[in-house]
Amino acid sequence: MSVLQSVMIILGMFVVTFGVRFVLLARAHKVTMPSYVEQGLKYVPVAVLTAIITPMVLMPSGEMDVSFDNPWLLGALAAFLVGIFRQQQLLTIVTGVLVFFVARYAL
Amino acid sequence: MNTFASIKTGIVASIPMIVGGIPFGILFGSLASSYGLSPWFAIAMSAIVFAGSAQFVALGLIALNAPIWVIVSTTFIVNLRHLLYAADMVKYVKHLPFSTRLIMGFGLIDETYAAVRPLYTTGALNDKTGHKAYLGSFIAFYVMWNITTVLGVLSGELIPGMSEWGLEFAMVATFIGIITPYLKNQPFWLCLFSAGASSILLVDLPNNLGLLSSAVIGVLVGFFAEQKKKRHENVTQFEGVDS
Repeated sequence: MSVLQSVMIILGMFVVTFGVRFVLLARAHKVTMPSYVEQGLKYVPVAVLTAIITPMVLMPSGEMDVSFDNPWLLGALAAFLVGIFRQQQLLTIVTGVLVFFVARYAL
Repeated sequence: MNTFASIKTGIVASIPMIVGGIPFGILFGSLASSYGLSPWFAIAMSAIVFAGSAQFVALGLIALNAPIWVIVSTTFIVNLRHLLYAADMVKYVKHLPFSTRLIMGFGLIDETYAAVRPLYTTGALNDKTGHKAYLGSFIAFYVMWNITTVLGVLSGELIPGMSEWGLEFAMVATFIGIITPYLKNQPFWLCLFSAGASSILLVDLPNNLGLLSSAVIGVLVGFFAEQKKKRHENVTQFEGVDS
């Protein structure tokens, strides 16, 4: 990859990433959100993040793998249960990561 | 609350997700070395683009020799979710100077939004303190992300095969840590299940369109489930009123 290509890729990625993040904040003083938009926005983090991680967890090698041999599924289940019942973020993350690595390398 | 205390609030709220981000940043750097990219390329990308999951997707595309326009348009789609975060933040930033909003825009990542946004709802932050906490969170993540990228680049050159360890699971665990506090009522659960099921069914759509469509489906399901619940509650409250 040439230096020019590297620069183009990084600049291009910067422009679209920053553009998406900033466009509404830039006009924040003029934007008013209709109330139904506000209600819908509440669901954005759960919907987006679930859509990112579900295929990683259930299809770690590109095919459905719902079994106890799938460390991704075990780690995610452990994190999910801790998150629901204990509600401590650090504990949730650390438990999930530990279960994942134990399931992957020790079992 | 003074400025320092506000900044500290933002940093403290971010600590769990910073811990989750460390392996993820190291993985990014080491993947870049394993693909034979210049260390400077990975370091510059983390410093200038600052977008975890989009950076991973871009590396994958570069490894496949994808054309630049594909890399840039995929980055756009993967990051479209930030438009929704920004839409939600508008009401809290409209009184702030342009330059402050500029920096907040650059730093609008999943983790900072997830760490800081709920504190407005609980009343821990307000119009005067919120942006300072946000900037504290942003700086903490920015420093972490750039240091771990450098560490990853260096260790990736020293320890080949590191990118196979499964360090990206840290992102999965972090996102689960963000999701679970929301799951307090039925619409949020329905949002979770519909987004998750759609993401599996639509996984073969090109250019991450499956992710975007699943996110939209999840939001719509949550929204309509809430409307239905409200209508139901109104009907039971006012028997006979036509809704």
